[in-house]
Amino acid sequence: MTDSHADVLRESSWTGGAHPYSIGSKKLGMWLFIVSDTLTFAALLLTYSYCRLTNPNWPTPFPIVPAIVFSTVMTVVLLASSLTMVMGVAAAHRGNRASTVKWMLATMLGGAIFCGLHATEWMHLIHEGLRPFANPWGGSPLFGATFFGITGLHMTHVAIGVIYLGIVATGFGRGKFSAEDVEVSGLYWHFVDLVWMFVFPMIYLMSVKY
Amino acid sequence: MSSHSTEANAHGGTTKLFAWVWLWLIIITGAEVYLAYKHLPPVTMLLLLIGMSVVKAGLIMSYFMHLRFEKHSLVWTLIPVTIFCIGMMTMIFPDGIRLRDSHNAPQGKVQPK
Repeated sequence: MTDSHADVLRESSWTGGAHPYSIGSKKLGMWLFIVSDTLTFAALLLTYSYCRLTNPNWPTPFPIVPAIVFSTVMTVVLLASSLTMVMGVAAAHRGNRASTVKWMLATMLGGAIFCGLHATEWMHLIHEGLRPFANPWGGSPLFGATFFGITGLHMTHVAIGVIYLGIVATGFGRGKFSAEDVEVSGLYWHFVDLVWMFVFPMIYLMSVKY
Repeated sequence: MSSHSTEANAHGGTTKLFAWVWLWLIIITGAEVYLAYKHLPPVTMLLLLIGMSVVKAGLIMSYFMHLRFEKHSLVWTLIPVTIFCIGMMTMIFPDGIRLRDSHNAPQGKVQPK
């Protein structure tokens, strides 16, 4: 084997010790999870769209004030938490542990506020009589099923994300985790925000009460 | 500090870039909420909203999730297959249109003789 041939082998991705797509296996693993979860939410949202469009009696219980304003505030809170997460990842790459933890705490706060606001909205709707199998306004009972199913699954993802970010922030602050771990948790958080970018218009803005 | 900005760029993005992307996300969200005031027909509304949401998704994936700065092979591995699978799911919609139109028919669309 000549030296140049050996050099080619050393630089080749197939000789081992190389990272897939140059990103490390943790990040690739998170991306693959994100793709699978995207398909889960896509299946739910497309099925909801099918029900929504084929049913002439779909309830539209969200007046602009207060429901749409409320959910718009929730959207802005989640978007803000995505921005703080991005700042946290940047701080982690700079090696500034204290700053990273602060940004991640801000992100967790955004997520917690989102969950709190969403739970408030749920309680309001449940109080009005909305159930997964019935609704008080007449029209398709599928409204309750799709609303609670989709927003509930999303809220669960946000809650899990807050816990996950807390674990990574604590670990990174103590020097246990690396900037890569912060970045990977950031990927999950942005995914959760991304799903809401579809849930908010398709469920709330499509059911405005005029 | 030049080393700071180099490092920021190596990891893909400055504070200014992230702030700009965030601002655009807010603007597009505002446009979506504005559409809610317009009372458009459901299919038009849905298509417009999905279109705008896809743009927001693209911004989040490219900049916040860093895909813009990753190896292209990663993007090619992840994105086209996801779009394909979601596209496959939309096959239910022709039947949806049939169902929607069959709901409309009994309500007395006048048939020309």
